Amino acid sequence: MALFSKQNREVFTNPLNLDHPILGQVLGICSALAVTSQLKPAIVMGLAVTVITAFANVIISVIRNTIPNRIRIVVQLVVVAALVTIVSQILKAYVYDVSVQLSVYVGLIITNCILMGRLEAFAMQNKPWPSFLDGVGNGLGYAMILVIVGAVREFLGRGSLLGFQIIPDGAYEAGYINNGMMTMPAMALILVGCVIWVHRAYFYKEK
Amino acid sequence: MKLNTNSNSYIIIYSAILVIIVAFLLAFIFKALKPMQDANVALDIKKQILYSLNIRGLDGSEAEAKYAEVVKEEKDVDGQKIYLCDIDGEEICVFSLKGMGLWGGISGYLAIHDQDGPTVYGAYFNHESETAGLGAEIKDSQAWQEKFIGKKVFKGGEYGSIALSVVKNVDDAATQVDCVTGATLTSNGVNDMIHAGLSSLMKEIQQGVKECGTKGCGHECAKGRCHDAAKECDHDGAKGCKHEAGMGCKEGAAKECGHEGTKGCKHEAGMGCKQGAAKECDHEGAKGCCADKTANE
Repeated sequence: MALFSKQNREVFTNPLNLDHPILGQVLGICSALAVTSQLKPAIVMGLAVTVITAFANVIISVIRNTIPNRIRIVVQLVVVAALVTIVSQILKAYVYDVSVQLSVYVGLIITNCILMGRLEAFAMQNKPWPSFLDGVGNGLGYAMILVIVGAVREFLGRGSLLGFQIIPDGAYEAGYINNGMMTMPAMALILVGCVIWVHRAYFYKEK
Repeated sequence: MKLNTNSNSYIIIYSAILVIIVAFLLAFIFKALKPMQDANVALDIKKQILYSLNIRGLDGSEAEAKYAEVVKEEKDVDGQKIYLCDIDGEEICVFSLKGMGLWGGISGYLAIHDQDGPTVYGAYFNHESETAGLGAEIKDSQAWQEKFIGKKVFKGGEYGSIALSVVKNVDDAATQVDCVTGATLTSNGVNDMIHAGLSSLMKEIQQGVKECGTKGCGHECAKGRCHDAAKECDHDGAKGCKHEAGMGCKEGAAKECGHEGTKGCKHEAGMGCKQGAAKECDHEGAKGCCADKTANE
């Protein structure tokens, strides 16, 4: 089968739109709330989940025929946990200040439903390369939402993006105040709801 | 040979091999990345100490250079780290603090200098798992940390307890800082942490005040010990100070410390030293004057 055959392309693009992990499958909401108060941790978290989902998918797919049926969830969990630990150690070594901000949330990727969901639903039944594409697609879909929510929350809640102040001091002096609620997790939930609403209204065609 | 992937022995062997491979892989990664992680943690501590000295915004090698320039000595007093710093000739002491917040540990660095008694030069606090927007404000709000600047550690001449505190209702603006709104428990944790962290300073000051007459003055971080009047030390390396009679030192006590490096001061007989005791302290490093020398006579 060609590397980017129609089927494989669909495997990659489905989770970005129709079969989106957060908007369509409603998986992985929890960490979408916790790390999105600023844009930078949101981007790093999105990348981490993409990398981990893709490689976990590949590894499970490669050994899928050898996994005993009775312990398959355990094996999936071990693979995911090992990958998450490795990624969190790499973050601590190379981007320490971001890893301090993400702290416990990187560890919580292990419990992120997206991973277990894709491993069970896709990687156990498909070949490595399509599994890789599926992992990347789902990870990027998840990252997309994190970036959108993170950008809105940081912009409206702190007046900055990626740490750079965007709203000029003149606006603050004229009376503009940062929206404090945006820095609270509850607002992230509301924002995700709004994104789901927009997505369903304009992009989602019921099959 | 078709493996029966559901046989018991297969499952056991499979799990064992999986666990061993994963264990080796993780151990290898940990070992390989440890030096970089330790370097990151060390740099982060240096940056925090610089923050407490109101030097913010530096990173990487700039922070290292500034740290080397400003921090002169690192002491360990009963497990607490104290950093002696020098900024433009002024001596500043940074105390490391450790305590408990609401959900986890909190820590911090408090910089003290002498400005008519021990005064806060700057402060920085950190936390492990406090709530964002509430307890986490002790770290995130630079404005709150800056509230500590200029607060006195002790009230008036009372050195019995540390007056610097974090309270809900501020009575004494010279020594108290307002709690973080909505983060009472974390703020209480900061309060307790400060009291515990400055206890070594308090002990030193109390000792100095009590034994001004005999021990001479040794200036560690708290310069405001015995010397209100005599603020100069005119000894190179020696720790003594000039005493004006009646300023906490006994009447008639010699006004100069005549010892290079040793801690004693000259006393006129009868001024706290036994009669006939030697007028000079000739003990290297000994803390007492004459009293020790004549103890056996």
